[in-house]
Amino acid sequence: MVLEALLVCIAALLATAGLGLALVRRRAATVVVYAITLLATAAATSLGVAALLSPAPTVGPLVLPVGLPWLGAHFKLDALGAFFVVVINLGAAATSLYALGYGRHEEAPGRVLPFFPAFLAAMNLVLVAADAFTFLFSWELMSLSSWALVMAHHRRAGNAAAGYLYLLMASLGTLALLFAFGLLSGPSGGYPFDAIRQAPPSAAYAAAVLVLALIGAGSKAGLVPLHAWLPLAHPAAPTHVSALMSGVMTKVAVYGFVRIAFDLLGAPSWWWGALVALVGGITAVMGVLYALMQSDLKRLLAYSTVENIGIVFIGLGLALAFEANEMPGAAALALTAALLHAFNHSLFKSLLFFGAGVVLGATGERDMERLGGLIHRLPRTALAFLVGSAAISALPPFNGFVSEWLMFQAILLSPALPQWLLKFLVPAVGALLALSAALAGACFVKAFGITFLGRPRSAMAAQAVETDRFSLAAMFVLAFLCLLAGILPGYFIDALAPVIQSLAGAHLPRQESLDWLTIVPIAQSRSSYNGLLLFFFIALAASLAAEAIHRSASRVVRRSAAWDCGFPDPNPATQYTPGSFSQPIRRVFGSVLFRAREEVRMPAPGDATPARLQVRMRDVPWDVFYAPIARIVGFVAERLNTLQFLTIRGYLTLVFGALVALLMVLAAWQ
Amino acid sequence: MLDLFVQFCQMTVVLAAAPLLAGYVRKLKALLVGRRGPPLLQPYRDLARLLRKEVVLAESASWLFRAAPYIVFAATWVAAALVPTFATGLAFSYAADMIAIVALLGSARFMLALAGLDVGTSFGGIGSSREMMIASLAEPAMLMVVFTLSLLAGSTQLSYIAAFMQGPAVGLRVSLGMALVALVMVAIAENARIPVDNPATHLELTMVHEAMILEYSGRHLALIELASFVKLLLYISVIGCVFAPWGIAVAGQGFAAYLAGLVVYAGKLAAAGLLLAVFETAMAKMRVFRVSDFLGAAFMLGVLATLLLFVSRLA
Amino acid sequence: MTGSLAFDVAHLLAGALVLVSMMLLYQDRMTSLINIFALHALVVSFSVAWQAHIQQAPHLYITAAIALVIKATVIPVVLHRIVVRLQIHRTIEPVVGVGLTMLAAIGLVALAIMVMLPITAQAALVAREDLAFALSVILLGLLMMISRRNAVSQVVGFMSIENGLILAATGAKGMPLVVEISVAFSILVALIVIGIFLFRIRERFETVDVHLLHEHRGEQP
Repeated sequence: MVLEALLVCIAALLATAGLGLALVRRRAATVVVYAITLLATAAATSLGVAALLSPAPTVGPLVLPVGLPWLGAHFKLDALGAFFVVVINLGAAATSLYALGYGRHEEAPGRVLPFFPAFLAAMNLVLVAADAFTFLFSWELMSLSSWALVMAHHRRAGNAAAGYLYLLMASLGTLALLFAFGLLSGPSGGYPFDAIRQAPPSAAYAAAVLVLALIGAGSKAGLVPLHAWLPLAHPAAPTHVSALMSGVMTKVAVYGFVRIAFDLLGAPSWWWGALVALVGGITAVMGVLYALMQSDLKRLLAYSTVENIGIVFIGLGLALAFEANEMPGAAALALTAALLHAFNHSLFKSLLFFGAGVVLGATGERDMERLGGLIHRLPRTALAFLVGSAAISALPPFNGFVSEWLMFQAILLSPALPQWLLKFLVPAVGALLALSAALAGACFVKAFGITFLGRPRSAMAAQAVETDRFSLAAMFVLAFLCLLAGILPGYFIDALAPVIQSLAGAHLPRQESLDWLTIVPIAQSRSSYNGLLLFFFIALAASLAAEAIHRSASRVVRRSAAWDCGFPDPNPATQYTPGSFSQPIRRVFGSVLFRAREEVRMPAPGDATPARLQVRMRDVPWDVFYAPIARIVGFVAERLNTLQFLTIRGYLTLVFGALVALLMVLAAWQ
Repeated sequence: MLDLFVQFCQMTVVLAAAPLLAGYVRKLKALLVGRRGPPLLQPYRDLARLLRKEVVLAESASWLFRAAPYIVFAATWVAAALVPTFATGLAFSYAADMIAIVALLGSARFMLALAGLDVGTSFGGIGSSREMMIASLAEPAMLMVVFTLSLLAGSTQLSYIAAFMQGPAVGLRVSLGMALVALVMVAIAENARIPVDNPATHLELTMVHEAMILEYSGRHLALIELASFVKLLLYISVIGCVFAPWGIAVAGQGFAAYLAGLVVYAGKLAAAGLLLAVFETAMAKMRVFRVSDFLGAAFMLGVLATLLLFVSRLA
Repeated sequence: MTGSLAFDVAHLLAGALVLVSMMLLYQDRMTSLINIFALHALVVSFSVAWQAHIQQAPHLYITAAIALVIKATVIPVVLHRIVVRLQIHRTIEPVVGVGLTMLAAIGLVALAIMVMLPITAQAALVAREDLAFALSVILLGLLMMISRRNAVSQVVGFMSIENGLILAATGAKGMPLVVEISVAFSILVALIVIGIFLFRIRERFETVDVHLLHEHRGEQP
């Protein structure tokens, strides 16, 4: 029942894509398309919630006679799928609501409107796919429709290159997943997931499948070093699509990895967890350091997505390690932390991208060096962006802190792991997690502070106008959900319990019966966190302070020029820029990781030219991985290009040679 | 009901004692260099004076600038109220998670850094950017110390940690020594004390905390000053409760035990204040980019302490 | 946790030795380096004295006294004099930054523990941990020698290696006095020779920076 309804929603989305294509010349097309997608995704969200909360969540498999003739298309909705259906469609619904207002700014709706619903439909199809062919088909459809959306503004500088790189990396990812599923299906070609579950592969094949899944899903999610496309492609797309790609499509990639690693592969080996956690840790730190070096707001947010995906994979790696060592309670904790962080991230990253979109629409600028003072011009957007920044910096009482706290608790359970490498790796990964959390706070002080606070650094920023009510509504809904998930995390953890139970074999104790809505991940005597109480105390303390101050203190407020140590400068260019804000951190971390070097060229005395400060940084993964591979591919392609220009005799020789070689192989086989 | 009352007492003790501690440290520092120094109760008078004054707001300041002092003060006070000072196991002790306390201080710092950027002067930018650099190293170091303590005590809740440290199973461990050194280094950095930052400076090249609050005046400045006093008290209370846990009353031991706990706590504050004054007088302030080496060393110590515990569960 | 105060203090002193070795790596001024080395020798002497106490082995007291007198007093004073007389540049530049050196130090400690603890699985816990810490001290001393450009700091690193060897030998309960005396004398001789060489090098080349000295090797094309 639920599954059929979900498939109907997906069909509706696909139909809307066609509708968008047909209606593209009309002015009402934007409103119609986004309204329908809003309804469809909202319906899908409620279906997902219903499926997740029902006592028997697994539904299916449903076999439809489309796709490969001897296989059909299998669809199934289990607890894991239902959870991700909720995550994806909630983000999509918020995006549709946002786009109802933002879509009016769209300069080329014909390039966006048909592909947006197709993108949503493809993502949902990935989640309900229950055989390898449907999964890969939907995955490719997702990549292609998002590529079309990235190329929507292809005439802008850099967007075409971003789209090209995205297509390359997406193809690489799908290729890796193709091999992974090929190895999983085995020589008998059992594509349905049920058949794969019955026949788990041997240890060597399982290792290969895990690495392939890590490459395939990881490249879509943004793991270092496969992340290079993300900061180019996510900002190139229209803002609501960026929010979808960062907040939602990366979660589909996480789903793909979880499905393969936890469900289809059977019992894990201990070193899988080590590999995944290490990759996650490195991704987290590198992602946030890259984000700190950016002055383009959307690229900063894209790199921050890389960081948060790293954190999710840290949790997944820990869960694999615990499962390999038969510690189901600990695995449940790590997996809960990872999945909860995926959910939280989709909420606050979408919110932050929406804010960036509003800023872009109001000022025409993405570069933080030309923004500033927007808290006066865009007060409501600023408030929503502030909530998103606080949530992503893992500050209580918002939701980012809950998932980080759970992840720390999982790390603290790790000394029970017997393998030596894990014993050393887990505290190192814990240190990396702590470092990335602290740096994320710095990154978002920079993002919010430079963009919204201070004085406007350009005329466009000084004249910005607040946006329409749909965009504001979408942002405030997400901000409210961030606060709710932070104050009442117990309900969300309980909702996740069937997912965790199906994957790890255990789940966290039921949270809703505890006093004062505390969450207790392991045992009361061990550790507990109470978001509601903290929120209540902070509010109480602040009100008490305000009340006491108002009774006893002077209430006078006088506006005047800034003090600035007695040298107030009317020129807003003397404020800190994004580069200068991150200069201390760049000096500390960047000189090693990015080979960051600062060079100051002072003019000779009497010379009236200005002094110049130049900062040089190197993107090490790009130089180490991508550039050599590109060179090798170029080299090989040039060599092979001569095949295009052979004479007729040359081609005949090739055919003859191939025939002779095949005959020799046949002879040898006999 | 009594538990609630005692918890409430702790909240007021923390608030009332913080300016006295700051005044005591200031007086000791002056005496150590041969001056007479301000009276012990001067911080209270300073706060009262600031409350009476009007607030001068820059024209470019927003609502965030006006709201930040309240949030900073509230977060710091709540965090300090959760740390066991003279008694453990109080009414809301199950919310006293060490990671939550670190994160609450992080919230306060977040808002303060934003307030520094709000007016749009270069001084605010200096303060905010340096503060976030210091935080990006101090917070992980603090978290590694928390890891070490939690691995030993089996919990991240401060009451359980304090109870464990009072008990017999603790022993003299290397990891604890390293954790203590790291925690002291972090406390110095977070409270803007020499050698990381000079709380009495007027030179912008040496400012971190002072630069962020440069534009504040009147009642807002009073709240922020009070918050920084409470933060110092919080760190000393944490060090005292974890590394010198003798004399802390356990919940339910009766009024006499609480009173004794209060006296011991006052003694701990006095001792810590003396050590801080001696240390600050003996050292010079470091260059800003040496602070990263200093805090990096604290971070490494924390990692090493955790590593030793992970590996052998004995060291 | 074996629970006894004796083992606790032994552990604490061994761990403190590792900590002081890391502090040696962190120093960037000559004077403080030599002072921290004196502290290093002091901790070793306390550790050996404690081992003498709990093992009831009085000859170890002599080892502790030798460490205290020679390594914690005489050698630092001599080094201070050398530094002043030769007017050696007082700042020590590390080859890679301090941060990377400290990261490498942590890695080496982890490596030492990872190697020692499984190998010595049959021995008593005290000995195992002491050996792991001693190996860490040796590795950190080696790291110090290779990551500093200054000859004096290389001498200090060499001597800290010797302290680590003493820790290992006393912890494993077998260090005849004769061996200790001969080792101590050889260290003294080495120091005298190195001191003389430093004098001569300084006179010839006006510097003891090994990086600059490298250019004067005979094999340059």
